[in-house]
Amino acid sequence: MSLKKIGALAAVATLGLGLAACGGDPTEGDAAASDTIVVGSADFPENEIIAQIYAQALEAKGVKVDTKLRIGAREAYIPALEKGEIDLLPEYSGNLLSYFDKKATATSEDQIEDALDDALPSKLEVLDAAPAEDKDSLNVTKKFSEEEGVTSIADLAKVKGLKLAANPEFKTRSYGIPGLEKVYGIKDVDFTAISDGGGPNTLKALLDGKVDVADIYSTTPSIKENDLVTLEDPKNLIAAQNVVPLINKSKASDKVEEVLDAVSKELTTEDLLDLNAKNQGADKVAPETLAKEWLKEKGLV
Amino acid sequence: MSVVSETVDWFSRAATWSGQDGIPNRLLEHLGYTALTVGVAAVVAVPLGLYIGHTGRLRGLAVAFTGAIRALPTLGLLTWFALIVGIGLTAPITALVLLAVPPLLAGVYSGVESVDRRTVDAARAQGMTELQILARVEVPLGLPIILGGLRSATLQVVATATVGAYIGLGGLGRYIIDGKASSDYPQMLGGSLVVVVVALLIDGAWALAQSLTSGRRTRVLA
Repeated sequence: MSLKKIGALAAVATLGLGLAACGGDPTEGDAAASDTIVVGSADFPENEIIAQIYAQALEAKGVKVDTKLRIGAREAYIPALEKGEIDLLPEYSGNLLSYFDKKATATSEDQIEDALDDALPSKLEVLDAAPAEDKDSLNVTKKFSEEEGVTSIADLAKVKGLKLAANPEFKTRSYGIPGLEKVYGIKDVDFTAISDGGGPNTLKALLDGKVDVADIYSTTPSIKENDLVTLEDPKNLIAAQNVVPLINKSKASDKVEEVLDAVSKELTTEDLLDLNAKNQGADKVAPETLAKEWLKEKGLV
Repeated sequence: MSVVSETVDWFSRAATWSGQDGIPNRLLEHLGYTALTVGVAAVVAVPLGLYIGHTGRLRGLAVAFTGAIRALPTLGLLTWFALIVGIGLTAPITALVLLAVPPLLAGVYSGVESVDRRTVDAARAQGMTELQILARVEVPLGLPIILGGLRSATLQVVATATVGAYIGLGGLGRYIIDGKASSDYPQMLGGSLVVVVVALLIDGAWALAQSLTSGRRTRVLA
């Protein structure tokens, strides 16, 4: 055997071992012992921070907790919840409802809560919603707001040739282009789809004046940093997205409910903005640390 | 209904074929981006490739440089450029040009290099100038390989131009990006199929052009 071949074999063997070692699939996992609550989260920082808050709050009250964080999107983690591979996860009420009921029309906070009770599969339930909301919000620059006299979505109807940037789904979703026309009578919107969820590219398009309005999630630090004006939504076009704990019923003991209700009571949109800013700002504070600090600040641990 | 039958359904809808979102318009946009990209890449890579191939200078640099560019992820470049110059054509076309330059440059200098040095020497002995050698001997004889570079550059760009939709460009990528955003998998699959078919057709056309020119090559040599 030549030296090259030996080298290649060794490389293959090492690679094989390496792959075998990291073969654990986060969504697979074995169902945890019945008295342990497995807390999961969606694959973005804010959700991970809230999941950490849940986990640490429960742990502090003596509940056994295991975490399986950053599990992709709803398509991945909802089935995992139903199968009992995870038990608890922070969710957003409006989007959770439309995941289970594609035709849902509820947009106000109360309507959504009622509708959710019916729409959820029998094994799952949501606990009390927090006042904190992370939802689509339409933003304009301060300059545009002052020059055009726009402070509410309704005011956009008078702007001719309105240019709007948002994620691509905005074009077809009920809160998007179709809703702007149906609810507020805003027609002929020049729409640019930018797939960064109201991130830096969308922000730049707005600040450069390439678009007039940008859809940016309400808890994004860039809204404050750039003095953007978030337009009022008097007709509830954009569905409420309160943070709710989605939990497997069999794990929702009185004690667990009590702890999570106390957390939800304290969690506000301002808190989320602040937590996100600390997580994404210069310091890049880890979700675990942020959760610990928040719980201490609110006197929950 | 399965995704496959829903995709067939998507193709059979009138709306899929008309208007701004229709396949004809998206296809034209897509071919436009591709042509623009390959055109700009050719302006950069062809003269440079001819120089490197003919003189043998800068070759080491070109190999290292194009190798490094090839490793850059186009989507990352695209979002980065868009952060600098904003949305519009500039960012995606620049990112795609960087994708197209390496194969094109390699094709051109390899094509020129591939010509038998004895043929080049014979041309020089006949009193041809360096430019004449390049234009009348090296390029015609190396043409199949040069076209091969164009072929692989075009193929990569046609397939990758879909990323432009990420920051608001049109083209066939719209179906993939929009389909994913609204969990409309038939639209995604449909759009991908159109990209595949277009890529194969264009690749076939280049293959044909290549085989025609290599036919001429044998005639020249005979």
